[in-house]
Amino acid sequence: MHGHLPLDEFLVQIRGFLGSYYVALATMNAIAALYLWQTGKSKIWLRVGPIELSSSLACLAASGLFLLVSPIAYSVDPSLVDVISIPKPLRAGLDKAMTPVSYSIGTFFVLAVLFVGRRWFSRPEIAWTGLNLSLLLMGFSMTDQNFASVVTKPDNVPIVGLVFLLGFFTWLATRRAVLNDERAARGEPPLEALDSEKVLVWPDLVYTELICMVALTALMLLWAIGLQAPLEEPASAMKTPNPSKAPWYFLGLQEMLVYYDPWMAGVVLPVTVIGGLMAIPYLDFNKLGNGYYTITQRRFAYVTFQFGFLVLWITLIVMGTFLRGPNWNFFGFYETWDAHKVEALNNVDLSQHFWISLLNRPMPKAPENSDLLVKIVYVVFRELPGIALIAGYFTVLPPLLVIFPPFSALFRNMYLKMGFLRYMVMSNLLLTMALLPIKMVLRWTINLKYFIAIPEYLLNF
Amino acid sequence: MPSLSEIIRESQIWKSIFRHPMPVDRRNRIVVMLTNFFLHLHPVSAKKQGIALSYTWCMGGVTFFLFLIETITGVLLMFYYRPTLEWAYSDILALRDVTSLGLMRELHRWGAHAMVITVWLHMYRVFLTGSYKPPREFNWVVGVILLLLTLLLSFTGYLLPWDQLAIWAITVGSNMARAHPVLGHEGPGAALLTVDGIDMITNASDARFGLLGARFVGEETLNRFYVLHCVAIPLAASLLIAIHFWRVRKDGGISGPL
Ligand code: HEM
Repeated sequence: MHGHLPLDEFLVQIRGFLGSYYVALATMNAIAALYLWQTGKSKIWLRVGPIELSSSLACLAASGLFLLVSPIAYSVDPSLVDVISIPKPLRAGLDKAMTPVSYSIGTFFVLAVLFVGRRWFSRPEIAWTGLNLSLLLMGFSMTDQNFASVVTKPDNVPIVGLVFLLGFFTWLATRRAVLNDERAARGEPPLEALDSEKVLVWPDLVYTELICMVALTALMLLWAIGLQAPLEEPASAMKTPNPSKAPWYFLGLQEMLVYYDPWMAGVVLPVTVIGGLMAIPYLDFNKLGNGYYTITQRRFAYVTFQFGFLVLWITLIVMGTFLRGPNWNFFGFYETWDAHKVEALNNVDLSQHFWISLLNRPMPKAPENSDLLVKIVYVVFRELPGIALIAGYFTVLPPLLVIFPPFSALFRNMYLKMGFLRYMVMSNLLLTMALLPIKMVLRWTINLKYFIAIPEYLLNF
Repeated sequence: MPSLSEIIRESQIWKSIFRHPMPVDRRNRIVVMLTNFFLHLHPVSAKKQGIALSYTWCMGGVTFFLFLIETITGVLLMFYYRPTLEWAYSDILALRDVTSLGLMRELHRWGAHAMVITVWLHMYRVFLTGSYKPPREFNWVVGVILLLLTLLLSFTGYLLPWDQLAIWAITVGSNMARAHPVLGHEGPGAALLTVDGIDMITNASDARFGLLGARFVGEETLNRFYVLHCVAIPLAASLLIAIHFWRVRKDGGISGPL
């Protein structure tokens, strides 16, 4: 997997890809420059004498820069390639700084900042700059062997594509929503309402579909020619690979195994996700925002969905794919997957925290040879703090949210509109979702393992 | 002298297939949508914004088209592939090294990955435009089932090459079933199901056994996943896609501001 070639051999291996990668980036920017210039959409930022610094010119400059980088990438000269790489000390520093904690909090923070500052970040020139920078970062990282070997594993390539596609479409939707929200503030209808005129499906839709089909076929053919489907050694029940990973679209669930037992991560939570998705139309009573992009008119639904999808699903998949190595240990983007890395595990159950640390007493334990019922009573007694906490979390917290500020500002209205049953379903789904990050934070801060630990009956929560 | 295309279009054969002149004027553009089997899925006219790429991203359409690519390449792969321990791996090897036009496996595998991605993007778009709201609630539910079926299609297909990647990914994935509450032999509550001291839920009778057809990923599993992958799930998905499309029409076409 993390094959370690001598540097020059590695560089020869990636020169073709990297060289054309930068040519592609240059082309992309050249097309953008041409488009801006031709359509007159180019914005003039600054005038220096006769020269107009415009967005079109900036794209052209970016294109030129990428064109310069391309031959360097192709040169295979290590000292030259160093110039288009992330400096080694920086890479080492990044790897050191990267832990599940910093990664999770970092991605959440970045997404939150993007969301809050969406008016600015979604402006085309800013988004375009962001795209170029992230593509550049990607290129600079590709000269790192560890990074390259994970990212170019054939089955991982789609995830790189997914990340960029999601970035693009999230931008597109956010941009539209921002424009629509500004229009709504001025009392104008959404952009979608402007095009309500009816057109004939032949040719307007049929041709679009045809073009999509042709483009997609071309793309799939290119992809199939360019990247061979993986085929490893024949299956052997004797040789367990390390790490053993589920297919990438299930890696979010596998990552949850760090925090939950398999019966939760593998059964209860997936079923809840599917059931929760199906329930959405019957829980969202907000009639606004049907058939157009908007954020302000359905802020709660929007933020909740984005959080669930982008933070709890996609970033966990990215982490499971690129950052989890042997023994499911965490590795930085540029770190070698060392199978001997040991991570100290000293997690403590809530009941241990409670009885031993807090009350300074031994854990309650049924006397030897007592019968089943007595044993169960003792177990329940031992785990009472966790059981009470979790039961309260799901049954008492929802009403409290309705009653007490600051949350009542949001939930009171929901309760009134939804009625008791629907409100409880909604809030329990929401709280189930929130429990994952809560569990993560408790793991990182007080090493909490389980709220309820009943290993006797395999019931750990 | 009539041109060749005129001769063709005036011929009895052509006219028996297409019962109207070329769709170049308004009347015939309507007729083509009504008389063509494939096109009649669509309405005759639609709101301009509803069919705009910037609105739908065409992601549902792309997902459907990928499903078609998967069907075609999948059938071609089935001509070569035998789901047995003896042949599965070597058939895949041969598909790569021996078969002419050996792109089918690549197309099929990358198409499957792409379909998972586009179905997520489609759901994302439907959510962000609030298109699950009345009257489209039920079609969203149909969509969620389609999402599940897409993942299951991908998952069952992952095993078929029978290499290390395949069996261990499926092993990790299906190990979860062993922890199913009550129904998995390592799940909470399973120990409660005992009759006269004999466990009812064991590794040879639990949910994982039902999924794999064995206590570990073996030949029975290969057969089971093959049938699920090539017959059962595609049939279910086709039916649901048909319902999904029907409902898009019956719910008033693509959503838009009211
Ligand atoms: C195999 C999977 C699927 C296929 C082939 C498919 C196909 C389509 C197509 C072609 C459309 C027409 C509009 C468009 O392209 O956006 C559509 C609309 C729709 N889809 Fe899907 N879909 C699939 C999965 C899903 C999923 C996972 C969801 C949601 C969870 C969903 C919910 C909907 C809804 C609510 C509409 C109506 C949208 C509107 O009117 O704007 N579909 N689907």
